[in-house]
Amino acid sequence: MKDLVIIGGGPAGMSAAIAAYESGVRDILILERDAGLGGILQQCIHNGFGLHKFGEELTGPEYAWKYEKRVKELGIEHKLNTMVLDVTPDKVVTATNSEDGIFQIKAKAIILAMGCRERSKGALNIAGTRPAGIYSAGTAQKFVNTKGFLPGKNVVILGSGDIGLIMARRMTLEGAKVHAVCELMPYSGGLARNIEQCLNDFDIPLLLQHTVVEIHGKERLEGVTIAKVDANKKPICETMKYIPCDTLLLSVGLIPENELSKGANVDISSITNGAIVDQNRQTSCDGIFACGNVLHVHDLVDFVSGEAEIAGKAAADYINGRQKDKTNIVINADGKIRYTVPQKITEQKDVKVYFRVNDIYKNAKILVRDGDKVVLSKRKPRLAPGEMEYVTITAEQLKNAKTLDFCLEVQ
Amino acid sequence: MEKKLTCIVCPLGCELVVTEKNGVVSVSGNTCPKGEAYAKNELTNPMRTVTSTVLCEDGGLVSVKTDTTIPKEKMQECMQIINSITAKLPISVGDIIIKDVFGSNIVATQNRSK
Ligand SMILES: Cc1cc2nc3c(=O)[nH]c(=O)nc-3n(C[C@H](O)[C@H](O)[C@H](O)COP(=O)(O)OP(=O)(O)OC[C@H]3O[C@@H](n4cnc5c(N)ncnc54)[C@H](O)[C@@H]3O)c2cc1C
Ligand code: SF4
Repeated sequence: MKDLVIIGGGPAGMSAAIAAYESGVRDILILERDAGLGGILQQCIHNGFGLHKFGEELTGPEYAWKYEKRVKELGIEHKLNTMVLDVTPDKVVTATNSEDGIFQIKAKAIILAMGCRERSKGALNIAGTRPAGIYSAGTAQKFVNTKGFLPGKNVVILGSGDIGLIMARRMTLEGAKVHAVCELMPYSGGLARNIEQCLNDFDIPLLLQHTVVEIHGKERLEGVTIAKVDANKKPICETMKYIPCDTLLLSVGLIPENELSKGANVDISSITNGAIVDQNRQTSCDGIFACGNVLHVHDLVDFVSGEAEIAGKAAADYINGRQKDKTNIVINADGKIRYTVPQKITEQKDVKVYFRVNDIYKNAKILVRDGDKVVLSKRKPRLAPGEMEYVTITAEQLKNAKTLDFCLEVQ
Repeated sequence: MEKKLTCIVCPLGCELVVTEKNGVVSVSGNTCPKGEAYAKNELTNPMRTVTSTVLCEDGGLVSVKTDTTIPKEKMQECMQIINSITAKLPISVGDIIIKDVFGSNIVATQNRSK
């Protein structure tokens, strides 16, 4: 029996553990399948982490180290090389490692912090062969940054998410030539600063509304055919162009890693692919919490840590019987606002509601309504799908509210 | 003269417009003063942080960074220097791996035990 079991020792799992400890819980166990703590940050050797949280720009491993150091100082128990196989709704965790074999732990509370994995689907509907040389951008990142192995010399990248952009620069610095980054949408899903410092700095062309239509090569990739797409995302034949290359990287997005959550019967949102949670990041299953990329994909680790602190503290409150549920407010998103986290509010206190939009909007107004009543209205000069936003709803505004409808008013 | 830039100092990525009139440079579009400093520097002497990995004596890698920014056009040369050495173990975060590379030190961003 453990008070708190945390699944995943990335930034989310570590922050949650520290917050729970600082809220009085001592009997904590982190289970991590890798050989070290830190999660995906260990391979993100570039800088750009921690500006919000620490006011300085850190690399991924440095950011992770700040938390790992704290976990060790506090003596929080963690088992490495330990894979969690199953979580049940009554909070029994089944895990395995070479030392203990398969073992079970009953927990008073569980925090899910398993992170996310890369979509690979993008590759499936491209015509042509499946030779060696096609990798997801994250896999290539792992090869280059942790194994010192450069997957190829001539590269095309499909998808302009941040990982793809970061890898364009990384492979260029290591001596590869990146011929193009193709993006199906009319805008990039990556941060503007990454387009500037990862592509423009090295004269790597970003081809918006372009896709890879055919893959060539028998055993090893020999080239790809790319084409511009029309408004319906259909390739335009006249624009087809052959690019010789030995490597194709796919950077087509991330999805939360929720196999375990499904086993625990936690309600999953079809939009975020993560659990549906309240302001405490508690799932539909009592005493099971979720935070970080397993809940919804974050682009900034600072937000991951912030969210994990909420979950860690709330789990401590749950364990110590301090949780107080009073209200039951459902939050709806209008579609232009794709989703919100949390999706429901159970306590009348100030709540930060995070959200993402489905397209690029300029000078739009965020409206939060309770029936006909406008609870909050906020103007934003620019909104983009790649950037998470939030508004704070105060305890006062939540008074007597039943539902909160999040809408975007566009001129 | 008018030039558009994307500020890379923080994830906000403000779109900056730099204008020069009679030798006076003015910057707009920045949300904070760092953006203005960045834009002015970018026109005359663009600087970048380089992050990479250094080979360790046991054949593994340790991640590193320049502890300050270096001139943008020196990035590839900096990479050649980083790729030319083998680091001794053990290594702690913050250890200097190579001294004075274009005015910056190459420091470890990871711990590596022997
Ligand atoms: C390539 C890349 C570049 C990024 N660049 C930036 C950036 O420049 N700036 C920024 O702020 N953010 C960046 N991010 C985002 C940030 O790194 C992530 O949001 C953050 O690391 C997510 O933390 P997490 O703990 O939720 O997930 P992770 O870091 O993925 O950690 C999850 C952990 O859970 C473990 N786990 C999973 N399943 C199991 C299981 N069944 N049993 C045991 N353990 C398990 C995994 O091994 C892993 O260690 C980047 C992300 C990626 C992928
Ligand atoms: S101007 Fe300031 S707020 Fe805007 S990107 Fe630069 S540093 Fe960030």
